[in-house]
Amino acid sequence: MSKTRKRKTSKKWERVDGRKPDELRPIHIESGVLPNADGSAYIEMGRNKIMAGVYGPREMHPKRLSKPNQGVLRCRYHMAPFSVDPRRSPAPSRRDMEISMVMRDALEPALFLERYPRSVIDVFVEIIQADGGTRCASINAAAVALADAGIPMKDLVAACAAGKYENNLILDLGDYEDKKGQSDMPLAYMPKFDKVTLLQMEGIMTQAETDEAIKMAVEGCKKIYEIQKETLKKKYGMVQGEAAAAEETPEEEPESPEEPTEEDKPAEEEEQ
Amino acid sequence: MSNNIVSKLKRKKIEEVIKTGKRMDGRELLQYRDWQIKTGFLEKSEGSAEVRLGKTHVVVGVKAGIGTPFEDSPDEGVMMVNAEFTPIAHPTWEPGPPPDEAIELARVVDRGLRAAEVLSMEELGLVSGEKVQMVFVDLYILNYDGNLIDACSAGALAALNTAEIPDLKVSKGEITQTDKKKKLKLRAHPIAATVVKIGDEFIVDATVDEEEIMDGRITVTLDENGNVNAMQKMGAIGFSVDEIKKCINIASEKAAEIRAKVMAVTNG
Amino acid sequence: MVPGDLIYEGRIRTGDNTYRDGGNVYATKVGLVNYSKDRVSVIALEGGYTPLVGDLVVGTVTDIELGQWLVNIDGPTDAILTVNEAIDKPFRTSLDMTRILDVGDLVVAKIVDLDRNRTPILSILGRDLGRVHEGFVIRITPSKIPRLIGKKGSMINMILRETRCNVSIGQNGRILINGRSRADEEIVERVIHKIEAEAHTSGLTNRIQEYLKTIKEEKK
Repeated sequence: MSKTRKRKTSKKWERVDGRKPDELRPIHIESGVLPNADGSAYIEMGRNKIMAGVYGPREMHPKRLSKPNQGVLRCRYHMAPFSVDPRRSPAPSRRDMEISMVMRDALEPALFLERYPRSVIDVFVEIIQADGGTRCASINAAAVALADAGIPMKDLVAACAAGKYENNLILDLGDYEDKKGQSDMPLAYMPKFDKVTLLQMEGIMTQAETDEAIKMAVEGCKKIYEIQKETLKKKYGMVQGEAAAAEETPEEEPESPEEPTEEDKPAEEEEQ
Repeated sequence: MSNNIVSKLKRKKIEEVIKTGKRMDGRELLQYRDWQIKTGFLEKSEGSAEVRLGKTHVVVGVKAGIGTPFEDSPDEGVMMVNAEFTPIAHPTWEPGPPPDEAIELARVVDRGLRAAEVLSMEELGLVSGEKVQMVFVDLYILNYDGNLIDACSAGALAALNTAEIPDLKVSKGEITQTDKKKKLKLRAHPIAATVVKIGDEFIVDATVDEEEIMDGRITVTLDENGNVNAMQKMGAIGFSVDEIKKCINIASEKAAEIRAKVMAVTNG
Repeated sequence: MVPGDLIYEGRIRTGDNTYRDGGNVYATKVGLVNYSKDRVSVIALEGGYTPLVGDLVVGTVTDIELGQWLVNIDGPTDAILTVNEAIDKPFRTSLDMTRILDVGDLVVAKIVDLDRNRTPILSILGRDLGRVHEGFVIRITPSKIPRLIGKKGSMINMILRETRCNVSIGQNGRILINGRSRADEEIVERVIHKIEAEAHTSGLTNRIQEYLKTIKEEKK
């Protein structure tokens, strides 16, 4: 159902939806949208509509899949039958399973799994409507959902794809650009560590183009990271003006224990 | 749901409170939670509806496709209802193929729609015995807090009532799609209402806790003329004939109320 | 603060919800940064339950094994309650454990130990501990529990005084309520949910006091 547009005959090249080459689609994220899940987030990225739910850390069943020394991060990427045209079967496809795995590898570096032996952190992503770049949008939602669940994280993880279409490098490919383009490269990034945690690529690009595309994607991720942070802060009205309230509140809090809690010991041990 | 540990304490408390004529959340016995219904928000789906009933949250998608007809009805379209219990909806729901409850949900909603002859299946025929238009109704549960049947039934009606499917023309055995879309013509507007039995009391719109401890329930689907289209009794207990009559009465009244809410949204 | 935010550069003692990397301290959760004395910490706005020795918890029995019950306390793993920590008599294999606690029962217990796998070990020997016979449980985010209790119990004691309900607060976010009337119980429920929603704001104690007065007037 994507629109086909005649390419403008003017000299300036434009993307099918009129965006600049390094422009992201409109993004809107909301956290805490599912009452039952421990953490949740809903994202609209362009026409993608995705719901992420997090449960955990909780006891892992079956026990034989749990690890004795650290927690397990379990990701599941799943598409609703009505999320694409034509309708797809609700059964998980091989693509779904692969995306679930790379999502896990993208999010795991941000977590302190060593604090949760024999437990599991479940991240479930449901694609309600798909329009290109769903795995990146899923990671963006999942990271917010994990933070919303109060699971300790080293950093948030942001993701977006760069690619090539009609010989131009572009950011955040829509479905049409993805299908008709020359290259698609999803990338996930932890800004604080300046580390890439997901990288996949398909297509034909020179090495120079690839370097450029990676830089472009990283810049895109940084912008998305700011949106993720705003989303999390918004829930508590934590804008500049509320800083005063923050100073007062600790007075009313009961005394925190003087000794470092169990949580802090592993962190101090792993000082880089 | 069937593997939840039934807490005796929960049962005792809920039963106690229901005997006073109220529910744990303050509602009357025959009072529904607030409904929020939205339609037509999915672009890749021919029809869509989002229903929030209290904290229960479902999305229904209607998709059209082309497929082969059943052997005994070569000129009729095919409707299929499917339910997905997504693992985000409840801590005990695990990823995997639909559990029994999901299959039952899909079949109950399907039966209500089919028996009321909601869709004119003959209008969906294309090439006799070979190709027909298919209508898929997918029930997607995002948050489970009880009463999925009523929420999905309302969502299915809302989605079907606002769906626009491809307008197909057949000439010389070839199917072509015109530029236009056509609305699905609904011949009836069936709605399911479920009555839950706890001890000797009957309630409607049960929450997840109430469903966990209930003795049984009866779902009745009725159309706008008050005809009963489908019924389903669930739970390992018996209902007396009088009780069944009482449930049908309650369901009839509630189905009309729900239908009014759905039509208000879809006819706007 | 959100995870990854820099909260301090340099050496300082670290408290809750922080971690050190290089020479700096960062937040690990969404919350408000708190500088007190010589340490920095983050007061988390959300969070699951982290079992600590000494915590009072409200749990559900999920399984019976030989000599012990498994109890779900909404933590990263299930907790263990051995027969020794449930009754004063020594364990015999002829003992019918379901007569003490059965699957599905609710218990109020204390965490007496964390084994080397960090599995919480419970005990129900002690006053006000044991199987729950009456009442119902509501759940709030565990990180809000300290706010509900208040400094030296100030908040919860005020609520109990005004409503004549028995309330057992589990550090794991589960709260057992048992009142003499449904009206009293409903008041307690509403107050607790209000505290949960506004736990991160200041002046809460006074507002709750006012709120209690208002709803009690309503009920009359």
